[in-house]
Amino acid sequence: MKKEGQIRIPSGCAISGIFSKNRENINGKKIIDSITTMHDRSNGLGGGFAGYGIYPQYKDLYAFHVFYENLNAKLECEKFIENHFDLENLSKIPIRKTASITNEPLIWRYFVAPRHSKLAESQLDEKEFTARCVIKINSQINGAYVFSSGKDMGVFKAEGYPEDVGNFYRLEEYNGYCWTSHGRYPTNTPGWWGGAHPFALLDYSVVHNGEISSYDANRRYMEMFGYECTLLTDTEVITYIIDYLVRRQGLTLQEMANVIAAPFWTTIERKDKEEKEKLKYLRNTFSSLLITGPFSILLGFDGGLMALNDRLKLRSLVVAEKQDMFYVASEECAIRVIEPNPTRIWSPKGGEPIIVTLNGGTN
Amino acid sequence: MEIQSSNLHFKELNDTIKSSSDKIINIKDCIGQRYIGSGLSNKDITIEGVPGNALGSYLNGSNIIVKANVQDAVGNTMNAGNIFVHGSSGDATGYAMRGGKIYVKGNAGYRAGIHMKAYKDKLPVLVIGGAAGSFLGEYQSGGLIIVLGLGATNDPPVGFFCSTGMHGGKIYLRCNNLPIDLPSHVLGKTADESDMNDISEYISEFCDEFGLSKEEILSHNFYVLTPNLENQYNQLYINN
Repeated sequence: MKKEGQIRIPSGCAISGIFSKNRENINGKKIIDSITTMHDRSNGLGGGFAGYGIYPQYKDLYAFHVFYENLNAKLECEKFIENHFDLENLSKIPIRKTASITNEPLIWRYFVAPRHSKLAESQLDEKEFTARCVIKINSQINGAYVFSSGKDMGVFKAEGYPEDVGNFYRLEEYNGYCWTSHGRYPTNTPGWWGGAHPFALLDYSVVHNGEISSYDANRRYMEMFGYECTLLTDTEVITYIIDYLVRRQGLTLQEMANVIAAPFWTTIERKDKEEKEKLKYLRNTFSSLLITGPFSILLGFDGGLMALNDRLKLRSLVVAEKQDMFYVASEECAIRVIEPNPTRIWSPKGGEPIIVTLNGGTN
Repeated sequence: MEIQSSNLHFKELNDTIKSSSDKIINIKDCIGQRYIGSGLSNKDITIEGVPGNALGSYLNGSNIIVKANVQDAVGNTMNAGNIFVHGSSGDATGYAMRGGKIYVKGNAGYRAGIHMKAYKDKLPVLVIGGAAGSFLGEYQSGGLIIVLGLGATNDPPVGFFCSTGMHGGKIYLRCNNLPIDLPSHVLGKTADESDMNDISEYISEFCDEFGLSKEEILSHNFYVLTPNLENQYNQLYINN
């Protein structure tokens, strides 16, 4: 496999998302139909999906989706999981063997709850405990990679075109209130299973079109807080930045957007006094978390979806509404193919987050 | 010739258009196929549905009418011909065009007219009926960009960094205020009679296609932005 620096491929990538504010069930087939329209934005080196509300029968348990490169990794990881969590259910994730998806790792799913004794001993809250366990497995158990770890949500990803990946994971058997998807066209980094999007930690999942030039600055800063970037690609750090700013620092999504896609100083200068002070504070306090370079991202989270462009808007992003449905994609065609007549369709400005949440709140 | 395009890959669609001996081509149910009309001469193409990126790139004399919105980079590096968009357009509309005309009834995304240039007898023209996004006319070196601001909520109907790096051509803005961040290497002034004469035929063509009143459009103040010859553009990222 050619590594970074040995290969250079022109950029592309596609993202797409659907959200039902009324929590209506959207079948996984629908998001495949959307992302398929943008086939030529991918090159077959990665595709993936995140579905929210897909495990109602286990909604109070963390669902771990895990890749194993070999049986030893599986044994070691399962030992770790059993030590730290109560295991309600485990199974292979159902797949459909197809000619277009090959070299699959072992793919397993675990529904777990943190073990009381371990949780109490750690003096951490449940989410922090779980996040630390996931990071520990990914950085310390060779050949094991937890690529999804939220409640009532799941990530499905592989090396291949997104439509083939969706077919491989039998997504038509899942229903959820929110889906995001990604077609990958890697630029500087290798195409591999772990490097496919979405990148997820707890219930946050990120799909990304672009290439962030601040990756190393962001990565080094995040490592100070225990986040280890192990996946050889820039999007991973975006997920950790969001987890850090929103879950651990308690910023709102809007404030988080003002950090990672901060307005220019010249723009800040023209704001009114209160807003100016706030924006200055966020830029100064988290200056290492400004993400530069082109990006359009979709952030899935428990009960909501956020779309965001970099402040220069160097990647395309279109959003649309129809009644209680919300659509977002790299290209308008990927929305029109599943909703030909949206009530409103527009492009958000660079750095302007578009956030939708469930009408009735979360569980 | 009529082409039902919903299930066609862009290569198949474009091969069909190019190999057709018909001058008039009607495309139905277009859904994201790229590069339609790329480099084409002497065709009249009408599109229903949303065409993909780089519609009419390198266009060389054909006419394209789109009944819906268009995506990114419409008219990329086009040389001659006309593109009429009855909806809005995505980012980088008219990217590096050096000839021909693009008429967008609605809004344009970011970077409309970036790197637009005039070349010998070629004068590219981009008319945007609604509002434009940030970086309108970035690094423009020739041609005309006209933003009418019809139905726009902002005055002026542009985003940030309008005309940054401009060193040729003209930008017309139909509004009551100049952009507050107009760079020092660009001059903004109220359009005079001679300026307005220069765009009269394009406003006519715009109004004819979209069924709007030329008189009403021209009854409003226009500003013209041109490079400031006393203080030419010399720096954005580095001192050059």
